[in-house]
Amino acid sequence: MAEIVLDKVTKRYPDGALAVSDVDIEIADGEFLILVGPSGCGKSTTLNMIAGLEDITDGELRIDGQRVNERAPKDRDIAMVFQSYALYPHMSVRENMAFPLRLAKVDNQTVNQKVDEAARILDLTQHLDRKPANLSGGQRQRVAMGRAIVRDPKAFLMDEPLSNLDAKLRVQMRTSVSKLQKRLGTTTVYVTHDQTEAMTLGDRVVVMRGGHVQQIGSPQFLYEQPANLFVAGFIGSPSMNFLPATLENGGLSTPLGAFPLTDRIRLLVEGANAPREVIMGLRPEHFEDAALVDGQSTTFEATVDVLESMGSDKFAYFTVEGETATSAELEELAADAGSADLTDSGAQIVTRLSAASAAKQGTPLDVWFDADKVQLFDPADGRNLTYSG
Amino acid sequence: MTRTLDRPVARRAERKGLSEGKKAERKLGWMLCAPAALVMLAVTGYPIVYSVWLSLQRYDLRFPDQRQFIGIDNYVTVLTNSYWWMAFGVTTLITVISVAIELVLGMALAIVMHRTLVMRGLVRTVALIPYGIVTVVAAFSWRYAWTQDTGYLADLFAPGAALLTERVPALGIIILAEVWKTVPFMALLLMAGLALVPDDLLKAASMDGASAWQRFVKVTVPVMKPAILVALLFRTLDAFRVFDNIFVLTNGAQQTGSVSMQTYNNLIKGLNLGIGSTMSVLIFLAVALIAFLFIKVFGTAAPGGADERKR
Ligand SMILES: Nc1ncnc2c1ncn2[C@@H]1O[C@H](COP(=O)(O)OP(=O)(O)O)[C@@H](O)[C@H]1O
Ligand SMILES: [Mg+2]
Repeated sequence: MAEIVLDKVTKRYPDGALAVSDVDIEIADGEFLILVGPSGCGKSTTLNMIAGLEDITDGELRIDGQRVNERAPKDRDIAMVFQSYALYPHMSVRENMAFPLRLAKVDNQTVNQKVDEAARILDLTQHLDRKPANLSGGQRQRVAMGRAIVRDPKAFLMDEPLSNLDAKLRVQMRTSVSKLQKRLGTTTVYVTHDQTEAMTLGDRVVVMRGGHVQQIGSPQFLYEQPANLFVAGFIGSPSMNFLPATLENGGLSTPLGAFPLTDRIRLLVEGANAPREVIMGLRPEHFEDAALVDGQSTTFEATVDVLESMGSDKFAYFTVEGETATSAELEELAADAGSADLTDSGAQIVTRLSAASAAKQGTPLDVWFDADKVQLFDPADGRNLTYSG
Repeated sequence: MTRTLDRPVARRAERKGLSEGKKAERKLGWMLCAPAALVMLAVTGYPIVYSVWLSLQRYDLRFPDQRQFIGIDNYVTVLTNSYWWMAFGVTTLITVISVAIELVLGMALAIVMHRTLVMRGLVRTVALIPYGIVTVVAAFSWRYAWTQDTGYLADLFAPGAALLTERVPALGIIILAEVWKTVPFMALLLMAGLALVPDDLLKAASMDGASAWQRFVKVTVPVMKPAILVALLFRTLDAFRVFDNIFVLTNGAQQTGSVSMQTYNNLIKGLNLGIGSTMSVLIFLAVALIAFLFIKVFGTAAPGGADERKR
């Protein structure tokens, strides 16, 4: 049980690379905190600094109010689960899980009792005498978890613990990790590059980019009130649609047509000192087949490129004529998603329509969108002009 | 009747196990290995067999007329000879002590080379210099260094004493020369082993509460055990045949001769082919026994070895 505070923590590697810069995070006792961001953004470095595996260049790390910058990993009483599991290949599952207790000179009987208990929780009882090499990926992952929980540490640190599992197992293990953490109530910092994991697991999520914290908040809050273009594009699947737009006399002119701003948005935009040229963001679920909506003020017509029916709803993809929105953040997101060179003519937008929609691939459709759900971003620095958090 | 029936069936089933392609591949494999295997047989098999043959004869080049097949008489002669056992003891002593020291120093050097971040190439090159120097040349420089009155090391540590003519100090100098020469080789083999230990494993051990020494003893050493065993095996086999250093430093005086020295004295100096060959065969058997023991230990201890896969 512990409260962990990162106070202006900075990491500069000996080769000069600035991996983490001025990170401020307060992790409450018992909280499940997620660090998420594209690969190379400094998540592992941050975690390793909390663990004590990397020195902190600048700033202070406090555990339960005490500065621990100079403390060795073994004196921090924190357990870590690695992406590679890092199981000791020469030890059986039992010995692996008992290792931290043996080092702590716990007596034999207690060791056996704790290992058996952890094995029972993690469903490893019948594998205790096997070597890690003979276990499946999921079992190895559980042994790694077991080794972390046996000694009742102040906090768990997990660095992409599920990344080496196949998709189905990952979803299963996600649930068990979440249950386990709730049951033990131990402060946990969990690193992932997968936004779905971040959204489903954590009490709070920290989005990082290039060594900087972009935003900290509950998953729902980040989804609804992203602080900037990067968070908006990173959180959510399928991701938010971005289009270039122009603010003029109380309205917005966009490739989807011109429409007036709702009062709520106009107030926010005025307060934010917005430029004329902006980027409009709209989530897929804020579109609907116009035939299914009453009082359809904001609609546009476009041809359905691709239709994916998911049963409960339908995803319709359109190409919108005109320019595409450009900004450094969007390029980085596209690069991270591996879709950097997919830009052809016009902007791709993804919409989520009701299952009742009569949309057909290759035919035009009238589409409605919720003008009050529009988010506007400053293309220069990416900040959210409609942020009300 | 049943016999004639099930035979072809069984044979056909056997053939099914290996497809035509597999068979051709296997044949090609044998053919590609054959030249190397033949050359090996010629250059190693033949001398061994010939030595064994010679060791079973009374055959002294000074008295070629008395050449005669005498069975194991030569072995009885050698194995009941106190000089042989003295040399055997000296060899074992040199082997055990020098390999033990080499393992410790080699490991230390390997860790230094593994961990060095700056000028890695230079450090590794410098460390390897002793191994690159011809043993006899190095042995001569050790001899000069330890020679009474003129040698700088002798001056430094024992002015006035003739260390190379006293048994215990002479053995110490021989071991020193051996160690100096082969630590780099040991370090190189061990460094390959250190590279086998994933960083994550050591980080995990730190998190689990292990001190640097505990990480080394409980994680690094067990994980790199196969590499350690290989290094030990190579060095032990080598050390057991120690010759050049002794030849140059003491020439076997004051009972500092190894079994190889004895063999040399009988075979080349004494021209006694029978006894000399017997000694070579005995050295060969001793070396084979060492290798066998190591591989036995290996087979039971190597991770992923036969016994682990059984489970
Ligand atoms: N040991 C190191 N030396 C120098 N730079 C490093 C080292 N480890 C990581 N980096 C750099 O620091 C940045 C953050 O790395 P990391 O924390 O591993 O990212 P993430 O875990 O988010 O993928 C990257 O740009 C990476 O290249
Ligand atoms: Mg990482």
